[in-house]
Amino acid sequence: MKVAENNSPVANIDGISIKKTRSEETKRAWHRMKRSKLSLVGLTIVVIIILTAIFAPWIAPYPDHASGKIFFDKMNQPPSLEHIFGTDEVGRDIFSRIIFGARISLVLGFTVLSIAIVIGVPLGLIAGFWGGRVSTIIMRTTDIFLAIPSLVLALAVAAIMEATLMNIMIAISFGWWPWFTRLVQGEVLSLKGEQFVLASEGLGASKWRIAFTEILPNCVSTIIVKATLDMGFVILTGASLGFLGLGAQPPIPEWGTMIAEGRVYLPEMWWQATFPGLAILVTVLGFNLLGDGLRDVFDVQVDKEG
Amino acid sequence: MDNYILQVENLKKYFPIKKGFFKKKVGDVKAVDEISLKLERGKTLAIVGESGSGKTTLAKSIMRFYDLTEGKILFDGKDITTINEQKLKKLKQDMQMVHQDPTTSLNPRKKIKDILEAPLLIHNMGDAASRLKRVKELINIVELPEEFLYRYPHSLSGGQKQRIGIARALALNPKFIVLDEPTSALDVSVQAKIITLLKDLQKKFNLTYLFITHDLSLVRNFADDVGVMYLGSIVEYSDVETLYTHPQNPYTQSLLSSIPVVSDDEQSMLPKKIPLTGEIPSPSNMPTGCKFHTRCPFAEDICLTSPALLETEYGSFTRCHLVEKINKQKIGV
Repeated sequence: MKVAENNSPVANIDGISIKKTRSEETKRAWHRMKRSKLSLVGLTIVVIIILTAIFAPWIAPYPDHASGKIFFDKMNQPPSLEHIFGTDEVGRDIFSRIIFGARISLVLGFTVLSIAIVIGVPLGLIAGFWGGRVSTIIMRTTDIFLAIPSLVLALAVAAIMEATLMNIMIAISFGWWPWFTRLVQGEVLSLKGEQFVLASEGLGASKWRIAFTEILPNCVSTIIVKATLDMGFVILTGASLGFLGLGAQPPIPEWGTMIAEGRVYLPEMWWQATFPGLAILVTVLGFNLLGDGLRDVFDVQVDKEG
Repeated sequence: MDNYILQVENLKKYFPIKKGFFKKKVGDVKAVDEISLKLERGKTLAIVGESGSGKTTLAKSIMRFYDLTEGKILFDGKDITTINEQKLKKLKQDMQMVHQDPTTSLNPRKKIKDILEAPLLIHNMGDAASRLKRVKELINIVELPEEFLYRYPHSLSGGQKQRIGIARALALNPKFIVLDEPTSALDVSVQAKIITLLKDLQKKFNLTYLFITHDLSLVRNFADDVGVMYLGSIVEYSDVETLYTHPQNPYTQSLLSSIPVVSDDEQSMLPKKIPLTGEIPSPSNMPTGCKFHTRCPFAEDICLTSPALLETEYGSFTRCHLVEKINKQKIGV
């Protein structure tokens, strides 16, 4: 930090161009990220999974095996060069199905978290900023939702509705938004005493403007970190419901559903349940490591400004 | 139109203390207790006091951040004691505030341009192009380069940030600005520059300032009148020269005598050292009578009754039973 105040000439020296300052920020963030090898591993895994999901039809050796086709001549084959993860009970290539399964899992994760954020964040903002009776109602409702394990809640909702991928996403979101409400409410409570909020009030800003243009931008990094860390758990929950037969139905290559199908043939045909299981493990791990890394990146930023 | 931009009459702001499960009111924090002020157009009134004396609460009450417990505020001839939200918003165009800590009063997630544009957006002023023009004008007024508009606050120094804070307060062309310890978070060398800037701006835009500070050394060159605050009350009210040459209240004297000096010459200009012992009492449990008697070296029995704010021989006003006696003592010594 500079001790003396800059006057124009000095400022011109250190303010050469705006673009440079911005890329420097990114560079610094990247530097902080790089310091932790594990978060780089997480980032790599997540990038690979996302690319896999996008380019699934081109990466998968047998793209048509993602469907409900049956190949009697290839049933229950162990891993080989032809089918590196083996084949399932109707002869489909498990490797190809796992690659297509990445699409399902990512869509599930993104959709559930988007719904949870869209519902949970504004409620948290309102509860934190307005206070009073509104806050009590919102936060007690949140407490009730949080008291029920999200998997059980999703099970109940999924059992009422028809088991489709869309419904399972709704079911999981139903139990997920309260986490964001609580997170944001806490953040808002600590932010609303800040001077810049008071300053904005002094300018004549309305409560809505203060909440959404002053406070919300300061919550974004926390929300991103939380969403990244949650991604793994949402995928896990989706897979659990799939395993229980309440999620995506066969022949959709959902990882949880695939484990359920392969479970019957354990331990002899171990590859049928193991490889989808490993896919879930790696994905959840990847998002968690990345989330931890992002948390470090953002935390340092906060310290620097504080 | 009369000559006073701001008139405050018997302003009181009490914060209730609530205790227990049913939040029963058990008392009051008397942050501001019966204060009256008059502020002429284009002048600067300094409010001086220790931390906990209620000076910031006074400023915020005048800015109408809270509803008052009692009293009346006239701004520009209009009663603003109880006004609706719309009128309050309109009022903010004429009445602005520069906050104490420039680091926390600027949103860390917003670029300087967005920070300076916010007041214009809030009051629906102009289109994007004219707002940008105004923002550039503002940053020039506070003598910062335009490149700073696209930076975030954390890449600016403390003094630069406070300049942005001042620019933001000027955005709506106010008539009156509350300066809430605008330099207390800054280095001494920067303080002087900010004070000079504020003085220049006052002349240029014919601004009226209410200057809140705990630092008496800043007041002399900056303010026209001074009100010394202690525990929510004004204990001395005077023009700035009289305050420095003939401080009447023992509290004022002790404040003045505690200004650090570097030479004997300077020391001789200050009143004799009156050490101020102990902490300021809690405003929730106010001493009876003269509020200062618990720490006053001259305190006598009469100090257990409340003194009034009375005019002194020098034309200033002070709240002390023993003014004349103390003055005689001094002459005797």
